[in-house]
Amino acid sequence: MPETRLLLEHAEDPALRTIDGYKSYGGYATLEKAYREMEASEILEELEDSGLRGRGGAGFSMGKKASFLPRGDMAKYLCCNADESEPGAFKDRELMQRNPHQLIEGIAIAAIAADAGHAFIFIRGEYDSQADILDAAVAEAYEAGYLGEDILGSHRDLELIVHRGAGAYICGEETALLDALEGKRGNPRLKPPFPAVQGLYGGPTLINNVETLSNVPRIVAHGAEWFKGFGTEQSPGTKVVSVSGGVRRPGNYEVELGIPTRELIYDLAGGPLEGREIKAFYPGGSSAPVLTAEEGMDLPYSFEAMAEAGSMLGSGSIIVADDSVSIPHMALRTARFYHHESCGKCTPCREGTNWTVKMLERVVRGEATPMDLDIISSVQENIMGHCLCVLGDSMAMPVSAMVKKFRPEFEQVMDEASERLAVVQAPAEILGAAT
Amino acid sequence: MSDGNGRTLPVDRAVSEGRVPERSPEAIPELHEVDCPPELREQIETLMGRYPDKHSVSIPALWAVQRLYGWCTPEGIRQAAAVMQVTPAYLESVASFYDLLHTEPVGRHKVAICTNISCWMRGGDELLDAFREAGEGREDLFVTGFECLGACDIAPMASIDERYFGPLEPGEARTAIDQLLAGEDVLPGKALEQRPLAGDAGGANGGGNA
Repeated sequence: MPETRLLLEHAEDPALRTIDGYKSYGGYATLEKAYREMEASEILEELEDSGLRGRGGAGFSMGKKASFLPRGDMAKYLCCNADESEPGAFKDRELMQRNPHQLIEGIAIAAIAADAGHAFIFIRGEYDSQADILDAAVAEAYEAGYLGEDILGSHRDLELIVHRGAGAYICGEETALLDALEGKRGNPRLKPPFPAVQGLYGGPTLINNVETLSNVPRIVAHGAEWFKGFGTEQSPGTKVVSVSGGVRRPGNYEVELGIPTRELIYDLAGGPLEGREIKAFYPGGSSAPVLTAEEGMDLPYSFEAMAEAGSMLGSGSIIVADDSVSIPHMALRTARFYHHESCGKCTPCREGTNWTVKMLERVVRGEATPMDLDIISSVQENIMGHCLCVLGDSMAMPVSAMVKKFRPEFEQVMDEASERLAVVQAPAEILGAAT
Repeated sequence: MSDGNGRTLPVDRAVSEGRVPERSPEAIPELHEVDCPPELREQIETLMGRYPDKHSVSIPALWAVQRLYGWCTPEGIRQAAAVMQVTPAYLESVASFYDLLHTEPVGRHKVAICTNISCWMRGGDELLDAFREAGEGREDLFVTGFECLGACDIAPMASIDERYFGPLEPGEARTAIDQLLAGEDVLPGKALEQRPLAGDAGGANGGGNA
């Protein structure tokens, strides 16, 4: 099965990065139509009808989110979440690097729907090269009159700023992103109020992922019905899926949502490395509960199918673990990440991630007892749903799934490690007993 | 104010050390007190003109400080605070939150090796060891392990002065560092920018990563 390239159409052409290249493929025609001929309500309606779901992780309807913004004269804002930091996810990087104007056009059109006068692209600080590309593209768009004051004589203004973060996974959480953008430490806020009502600088704010906004020009150009012709009923459209880990051709592949997961992993990404077998995979970034190969390989790759299987599509990033990967070590690696990135504001997350790491370290060192596995599971249960944001849950979900689905492997690793420990310690003990 | 090693701190840590502060920690430094280089001041003031609220400039201002001094020096933080008219403590609280902003001296050339899940599976730990060994004792170099850099397609990979390279072999670490410190192009052919889309690479070995 080949890819279905909409967002990545013409992405192989380096000229696409420039405004002339983008326009040669019909770029900015939709923006011109939107600013000259369309009402905000028409755009909003098209987005809502399209059923486009957020591509950043939560999968919430983009049009609905935009419709939550109150009407009125107050300053409203649009933030593009380009803080892609979920382990396994690298699709926004590709979209910004290869087609920055598609994103800018999407932002400018969405800004009409949200009635926003200021827009920001909050890009993770590590993506310096992509931020440079965006800076250049934004400058071109200003020059061409697609950004700035009185765009195309519409009496609408839009200021767009590329704002570089400085290295913190938590800033991908939308309220932490707002705090970071306001110049603070990136701590999540209590919700409600939701950003749509009270977001950046206290004003109504629409926050969408890079890939979500990159979909906007085509939806507005061709209509909601056209968009719904791709994907499944509940997951319309295409998805740029990042596939990595134990596969032959890791990379970004754009496919219609709902294709068999096997086609993504085997046909597109080339399947397992020579002599290896696939054991399990994270279907939606490191926050998604892992699925065993048997459970997940033949599921359709869609929001609903992954949710039904007890996992999630998340950001659409598949990390494949083959039979050479030790699941307890992978659980530890995952937990360490969330421990490092926890902002420390909520106790269950701050302490839960810390103790999970310590317990998993005991497991792989051979100092744990089977009871520790139950304690690990219980700690995960006590994190979930108990914090301001889902960072803690994002560790709890995959770790508890690994302990549950691969318990015999955890026990085997514990036994082998404790045997090694006993061999090392034994001579000292014998010596100690003799003196 | 000094930390005992002769370094000036941007804020007086009197309270944590049980002393009476030398001056109010809430004091905002004035420009004439800090000797701010004109180019830094201009950069920060230009930024302040672009945002609806001046506080939004804190991360970009700290980036500017780090670009100028190699890290967020106490003096640099005080200078930015004076331009922004905020307390140095406020800016330090921001700087200390983010992994890419350094509040301790580090080498000007920065190499970050990803050791997160996908890179770990493909040898990220070994790559980090190799870079650490190759970078041992080299001046103006900062080598560190890092969480997911968003380039699992080129695992195991490194961010070398903010540009991505991969997939790398441990044997390439020394070459990369030599080239970096000599001001040459680092590992031509391994730069992320030069890679085709995965689906266009063709053949089972097309990505160079099989």
